[in-house]
Amino acid sequence: MTPGKETAQREQRAALVPLPRPKDETPTSPRLSDVDEWGRSEHIREIARRVYEPLYHNWFRVEWEGLEKIPRSGGALLVANHAGAIPSDAPVIMHGIEEELGRPVYAMADYFFRSAPWLGTMWSRVGGVPAHPDNALRLLRDQGNLALVFPEGTKGPSKTYTDRYRLRRFGRGGFVEIAMRAGVPVIPIAVVGAEESMPILFRLPTVARALGVPYVPVTANMLTFGPLGVLLYFPAKFKLRVLDPVTFDVPPGQERYSKSRIMDEAEKIRMNLQETLYDMLRERRSIWFG
Amino acid sequence: MGRRVLITGLDTFWGGRMAQALEAEPDVEMILGMGTSEPSVPLERAEFVRADQTYSILSRIVRATQVDTIVHTFLIVDSTKVSGRTLHEINVIGTMNLLAAAGQSSSSVRQVVVKSSSLVYGAAATDPTWFREEMTRTSPARTGVERSLLEVESFVRDFAEDNPATVVSVLRFANVLGTDIVTPISANLSRPMCPSIAGYNPLVQFIEEDDVVRCLEHVTRNRIPGLYNVAGAGRLPWSEVAALCDTRLLPLPPAGTRLFALPLVQLGLIDFPPELEGLLRYGRGIDTSRLAKTGFACRYTSAAAVDSFIRATRLRRGLGHAPTSYTYEQDVEQFFRRSRAVVHPGGDASA
Repeated sequence: MTPGKETAQREQRAALVPLPRPKDETPTSPRLSDVDEWGRSEHIREIARRVYEPLYHNWFRVEWEGLEKIPRSGGALLVANHAGAIPSDAPVIMHGIEEELGRPVYAMADYFFRSAPWLGTMWSRVGGVPAHPDNALRLLRDQGNLALVFPEGTKGPSKTYTDRYRLRRFGRGGFVEIAMRAGVPVIPIAVVGAEESMPILFRLPTVARALGVPYVPVTANMLTFGPLGVLLYFPAKFKLRVLDPVTFDVPPGQERYSKSRIMDEAEKIRMNLQETLYDMLRERRSIWFG
Repeated sequence: MGRRVLITGLDTFWGGRMAQALEAEPDVEMILGMGTSEPSVPLERAEFVRADQTYSILSRIVRATQVDTIVHTFLIVDSTKVSGRTLHEINVIGTMNLLAAAGQSSSSVRQVVVKSSSLVYGAAATDPTWFREEMTRTSPARTGVERSLLEVESFVRDFAEDNPATVVSVLRFANVLGTDIVTPISANLSRPMCPSIAGYNPLVQFIEEDDVVRCLEHVTRNRIPGLYNVAGAGRLPWSEVAALCDTRLLPLPPAGTRLFALPLVQLGLIDFPPELEGLLRYGRGIDTSRLAKTGFACRYTSAAAVDSFIRATRLRRGLGHAPTSYTYEQDVEQFFRRSRAVVHPGGDASA
């Protein structure tokens, strides 16, 4: 049917008050904000970066090593160790890469974030994405973006200080499968400093169950700073080391990949990251000054 | 021989629109519309049959008229309009009878088009950002509309399996906005205050009403089988939708939302059907790449659909009254279709 005929019919139907049809082409988008399909807003992200800058530079005094290994275009899956009651590693990695490389990083995290009011919206606007395999595939393969995952999940940040820098199980290796399917490299990042920025002394599992949250920690920060310590980090020195990108010589786009191959690759990446963490700790003279 | 099309719900918004669109198709020889009440739009040559909403006489009609295409638009996706019982009767029982009639042995039906909704995916925190057709919902269906649509789609799947020779097309449409349609969402957006849930600002996706009709036409004309998501490109935050529509957000508490909404609904200040709550919390996105491969593209993005809606609303407000509606007169319609006195330009549309 031609648009002309449509117009004629519509006018006929509403003979008294014809509603003129809007133009088929939209010359200017009516959008008011720059919130993208993932909920990320570059505008809000920029404000967040400005607020975070002093924390990044003066508090944590972040130092990167091997940042050039992260590609300036195309998809890559960044994986890192995850620590601290409220993990400070995610914002540090996102801030660093966005400032240095000028490209957005989408951080994949538990659905818990999305279901929490206010927190969920904020998290989404600054680049958080629910960790659904299909979301990762779309970000990496279809859009060629950088996605950041923490394969330890909540097992990383919920561990107590006595377990610091001991990597937990890397889930079921899902991140390797996604990278294989998307045909992108996995780039491991070792983070030293997050553990000491908000160390957990012990957890309150009953309270967590009652509140319906993954874990409720009692941190050294709370004992030192009182109520302020819920959000205030210790000024631990942050050092990040980007490891060599891991590529898999398997054809992308397959429905299924060998489970044993996936587990092997995931374990290899985990061992490599663990070894690097031990190396970095061997070189570290002080928690606060690096 | 041209196509003979049966449309369900001729008296409803979509049935009427679809009939008008098909009247303009030279390939369509006969259009038969069923409805529980008279059509609300003027029609040139579509025939109207009054039938009760469960289509008990449907198999007779299908046999007698030898229709080859059924366009099933009469599925309720708005629970504020009818009671739960009626909803079940119309959606579930109605579809069941329709498919039973279409699937009789020696049936003339070669294509069934079903207008479903993206409501079948639900809305939950565990959802992917974009649903593809083969994905299932991640949360159990709790609202009547969603449950009935899931049941409808399962009937259609069974029908497709039992009748491999029949082309079965199921379209899952995103929330519709446009110049004329009234839904709980459009009603909310045209008031000075529209509901939101405090702490949540979900990304929502829309389709413009003309694109809905164009898409139904597209799959009918080209006999495209399969299950397709249909929506405008992109998603936008609910707060932005409200801002585009010059309405303020009325935040409902994140816990006990329904309880707080209830008095406001009773007072007529907001519309808050149960299926809207999930949407206002988590939003919903459907991936339309499968449909794009069949050669269909929506004219309106999600944002453009919102724009189209608000422009029409502003115009209506500016004029101060709604356009006059059409009244169906049996005698007049019969005269135009049957009388020898009527001259049909360009061929014989008269039967």
